[in-house]
Amino acid sequence: MLSSASQMHRMLSKYGLVSKQLWEIMLISNVLLCNVTDRVSFWFVVTDSAKNVTTVAGSEVEAAIRMNRNRINSAFLLSDKTLQFLKISSTIAPPVEPSTPVWLIVFGVVLCLTVAGIVFLIVTGIQRRKKQNKESSETEDLEEKCEVTVTIENGIPCETLDLKAGHINGVYAADDERFASL
Amino acid sequence: MEKSRPLWDNPLQFVFACISYAVGLGNVWRFPYLCQMYGGGGFLIPYFIMLVVEGMPLLYLELAVGQRMRRGSIGAWKMISPYLCGVGVASVVVSFFLSMYYNVINAWAFWYLFHSFQDPLPWASCPLNGNRTGDEAECARTSPTQYFWYRRTLNIAPSLEAAGALQWEQALCLTLAWLLVYLCILRGTESTGKVVYVTASLPYCVLIIYLIRGLTLHGAVNGLIYMFTPKLEQLANPKAWISAATQIFFSLGLGFGSLIAFASYNEPSNNCERHAVVVSLINSATSIFASIVTFSIYGFKATFNYESCMSKVILLLTNAFDLEEGSLTADNLGAVQGHLQAAHPQRYAELQPQLKNCSLEAELDTAVQGTGLAFIVYSEAIKNMEVPQLYSVLYFVMLLMLGIGSMLGNTAAILTPLTDSKFIASHLSKEVVSGLVCFINCIIGLIFTMEAGNYWFDIFNDYAATLSLLLIVLVETIAVCYVYGIRRFEKDLHTMIGHKPSWYWKVMWAFASPLLIISLFIFYITDYILTGTLQYQAWDAAQVNDD
Repeated sequence: MLSSASQMHRMLSKYGLVSKQLWEIMLISNVLLCNVTDRVSFWFVVTDSAKNVTTVAGSEVEAAIRMNRNRINSAFLLSDKTLQFLKISSTIAPPVEPSTPVWLIVFGVVLCLTVAGIVFLIVTGIQRRKKQNKESSETEDLEEKCEVTVTIENGIPCETLDLKAGHINGVYAADDERFASL
Repeated sequence: MEKSRPLWDNPLQFVFACISYAVGLGNVWRFPYLCQMYGGGGFLIPYFIMLVVEGMPLLYLELAVGQRMRRGSIGAWKMISPYLCGVGVASVVVSFFLSMYYNVINAWAFWYLFHSFQDPLPWASCPLNGNRTGDEAECARTSPTQYFWYRRTLNIAPSLEAAGALQWEQALCLTLAWLLVYLCILRGTESTGKVVYVTASLPYCVLIIYLIRGLTLHGAVNGLIYMFTPKLEQLANPKAWISAATQIFFSLGLGFGSLIAFASYNEPSNNCERHAVVVSLINSATSIFASIVTFSIYGFKATFNYESCMSKVILLLTNAFDLEEGSLTADNLGAVQGHLQAAHPQRYAELQPQLKNCSLEAELDTAVQGTGLAFIVYSEAIKNMEVPQLYSVLYFVMLLMLGIGSMLGNTAAILTPLTDSKFIASHLSKEVVSGLVCFINCIIGLIFTMEAGNYWFDIFNDYAATLSLLLIVLVETIAVCYVYGIRRFEKDLHTMIGHKPSWYWKVMWAFASPLLIISLFIFYITDYILTGTLQYQAWDAAQVNDD
């Protein structure tokens, strides 16, 4: 029991867990234990040696323990799971978060690439159209008198006929109805 | 000289464009669900029958119409009969509805993709609550992946009426998705033709990687056995046949006008018959391929959860009864549990509420479809793999490619009739028209980024296109067979591809497919009438699940 009290005292004073005025005058006798059980467990209160019998407020002690939980654990070579302070639930370390969310960075990259692509295509399209207009206005000057029409063969525009394929002459096939069936 | 119509650089671009359009998210997230619900391996029988009776003939019909008329949907139907241009307009309107809500899926895929570059993945664990003593309350009740989907991604409202605020992150992702679509359709077939090489082939690469990875995962075999064990008694269930027919119908994307638009950019001598058969076979094969991958992932996830559940029970019992470490294993658990219950009935009864009944079948039975499968189940499986960031990036890039591919087809269906119309083409250039369409769709699509947006999405997904498409395709088939005349159509095909279509196609076009569509139509209408007030599933933040 005495060793537990001395351990508590050493811990409280060594790690500066109590306010500065108190730690200079804190003695082992200031740490009082009670309800010691078979398992290593104990209740403790911390007295205020400046004002003789009164105890340091529980909330202050709780706050001090909560702030320095890690150091207390390592003093005993224990962890949050093996050393439990009743009424003080362990806080879990939050995951590391970078200052700018990563997703915004990737989003920005993809957005810039897409916009760059769109601008490039639009600009080249406009340039191509300007060149075509210039060329066609030149040829128009030459062929002013000729009427440029869609070449029509037998009532069907040449364009729809597949002139490249060659093996089927659409002109005749489409006009099957003109021939009497046998 | 009349400006010549832009063409695909080669027939391969056309095939890739059709594959990219037809192979979409439905192959990944709807077919595996149907397979599971309607008899596993046995479902393939109605599926293939419907493919041959309904899918191939209708696909061939649309491609032939587009290739012959060389116009978008409005122009093509006007040429068949001037009274029928309404069919074309209907197609454009339905495509518009689809493009409004479909791109939101791409926005979500972008969101998950951007979040895949973190270690650990944000959906791997719950965030901490206010005083950092434990997990956030809502997340602790469900799972981290569901929390990430419903809270972080959607920030879902409790009901449809509570519209909520616009989620700026989702709005940004939606804008990016539309910018990307604009980039791909900007130059018409010139740009689309190059893009479809990527959007058609990349998903297959990823699926192969996932297949190899999936089959080597622990527990994958359980999922595959579960899926492929045929439950032939389901064949007697008419719903199985109806689902097969609907799946084929919607999976090929018939009736939207996209296929007509794509085919209109073909050379007139293109062999659209061969291409129709190839595209429909590839589409179905991809569905089966994707469901093999999905079921190995299911099997892995179910086995993982089952084994975690077992370890928790073992730990609980070991601690409670002070048993020796390692004496309780998965094999002897049942026997030991029985023994403990007999030997220490009281203590066992106290422990009873915490002991969960772990069952592999229960885990496998959770059949999921839609966004739940794509975003929750898969991300849950991915977070348990090694190097999860790599698999996550691959998977969401694949979803993105599938989604963009389908969007290209949809926008082509809207833009081709618009650019064909002389009025619009003379006043506005192609880039401006595409830009306007994308812009309008983006603004309207912001509805789906609000807090209640997912409910609107479900409404659109279930009702925007289903009945309308059936009607459109029915009218199309009747128009071609009876208004235009099947003999005239035969002759046109002879002109284009060099031989007349066989009697099989003609029978399908004239009788089988229309009858099938009419019966589907009747089924849907009766289903709507019988259901009465329509309901939707809402996410309750205070409880665990959708209710």
